[in-house]
Amino acid sequence: MRIDLNEIQLWIKQNSRVLDLGCGDGTLLKFLIDNKQVQGYGLEIDAAQINLCINKGLNVIEQNLDRGLGNFADKSFDTVIMTQALQTLHFPHLVLDEMLRVGKECIVTFPNFGHWKARFYLATRGRMPVSDLLPFEWYNTPNIHFCTFKDFEVLCRERNIKVISRQVVNEVSGQALKDLMPNLFGETAIYHLSK
Amino acid sequence: MPNEIPAGSVGLVTPQTHHFTQPLLLACGRTLDEYELVYETYGQLNATKSNAVLICHALSGHHHAAGYHSMDDKRPGWWDAYIGPGKPIDTNKFFVVSLNNLGGCHGSTGPRSINPATGKPWGADFPMIRVRDWVASQARLADVLGIETWAAIIGGSLGGMQVMRWALDYPQRIRHAVVIASALKLSAQNIAFNEAARKAIVSDPNFFDGDYLAHNTVPKNGLAVARMIGHITYLSDFAMGEKFGRDLRSGSFELGNDEPVEFQIESYLRYQGDSFANTFDANSYIRITKALDYFDLAREYNDDPVNAFKQATAKFLVISFSTDWRFAPERSHEIVNALVGANRAVTYAEIESKHGHDAFLLPDERYQQVFGHYLAGVNV
Repeated sequence: MRIDLNEIQLWIKQNSRVLDLGCGDGTLLKFLIDNKQVQGYGLEIDAAQINLCINKGLNVIEQNLDRGLGNFADKSFDTVIMTQALQTLHFPHLVLDEMLRVGKECIVTFPNFGHWKARFYLATRGRMPVSDLLPFEWYNTPNIHFCTFKDFEVLCRERNIKVISRQVVNEVSGQALKDLMPNLFGETAIYHLSK
Repeated sequence: MPNEIPAGSVGLVTPQTHHFTQPLLLACGRTLDEYELVYETYGQLNATKSNAVLICHALSGHHHAAGYHSMDDKRPGWWDAYIGPGKPIDTNKFFVVSLNNLGGCHGSTGPRSINPATGKPWGADFPMIRVRDWVASQARLADVLGIETWAAIIGGSLGGMQVMRWALDYPQRIRHAVVIASALKLSAQNIAFNEAARKAIVSDPNFFDGDYLAHNTVPKNGLAVARMIGHITYLSDFAMGEKFGRDLRSGSFELGNDEPVEFQIESYLRYQGDSFANTFDANSYIRITKALDYFDLAREYNDDPVNAFKQATAKFLVISFSTDWRFAPERSHEIVNALVGANRAVTYAEIESKHGHDAFLLPDERYQQVFGHYLAGVNV
């Protein structure tokens, strides 16, 4: 299990109703069903990932997040989750608004483009960062809207989104420094939001 | 003709008929005192009778969904690509039941059958049938076969409407509902196509207000035109263009040449219409298209499909096809949204296909994967 998935489940209540946007192979959703007995739906557009969700017996719905969540009623879910997909959306700010309309609370995770390695890469090589975590070239990356932790928090303030809590998790390095200077040493952020 | 039965086929099958003597009160208020249903089965019913799957057919379908009736058959059953050992509806695992619906013309009681009260064919007097009547008669067939609960009920198009009706009317008798290329109700455009088809039939001078059998004739031309109209709507513009384009079957556009020109698509459509008119019954066509038009899953639930699906307990698999404009993906979205609103289990896949509505009958790798993976997870 990816490290951020393990942290997420701490914020999910037993028997709650969960919508997972960009649910991938359904690992998180399956984990939440098994451990928190949630009633969950996952949205996904990748055919191979959808098959993996079906194999796990999950409720997976083929839906493109860029078309919005207009088909889901206000506050119809306890928690709407989106892990590592924010940066792939055409309109991340609008999807964020939609998540907070559909869910009572939201959990969002994304990679920190302000991590020192990305900054160092761009500063020294003058080229867009390519790393283990972000292995794509600029022209073929699905990650089209990168932000730093700071950028995200500015967006939250602008849109009156309440940050209930924030956690920074590192898989690769900087375990000690990430809490001291998260925007420089944090790799992935998990934001727990409400409106 | 298969020289030998292909691998993955259920092989040679023989239809069976059950005669029901318990009267069936229909939605229209009339009663069928007795009736027959013809059906086929594939695979073995297990000891606990927990592996039964019901196939609900669409407008022109029937009980012969898989396998061959004889070694002389040119083609297997209409859904042979999806039913058989190792196929998505795996007959190594499931006991599959496929019937011809009431009001049809392939062996079950319908307008061509003899009305026991008169000793003559029902013809125009055969009652109007609704989807719920089919479902009620299917439930009686389940009783006859000793099947308390279906592991899954599966249907495409009009068949999908029957599946949804099952889930509402007999929630305890269906564990999984597979609804393919279907809709909660027809759109105005869809009803319009059906009415144009019916008008073609009733305008045929051989229709005789539906009593053509008494006049020893059938309205073949009208039925053929009805089928041509329907067939156009089952294909996508792209698929038709790819298959036929503007290719000519005969004639030429050479200057100074006045021989008539025939496009391939004209010849194809005529062939489809004529062969359908030779096997289908006009009164059945009228009744079945009316059943399609009248179907509205949420009508008696304050027109609220969420409210309707609260009656259901089955888990749903919903599938649509990208170029299907007769039962467009948007219609499936409405089904899925209502199921989510009702907090019901649902999986949805939108299959990229160029074949329009017909895609639900045709082999397709992703469709087979989604379908097969889902049914593999059905406990028996």
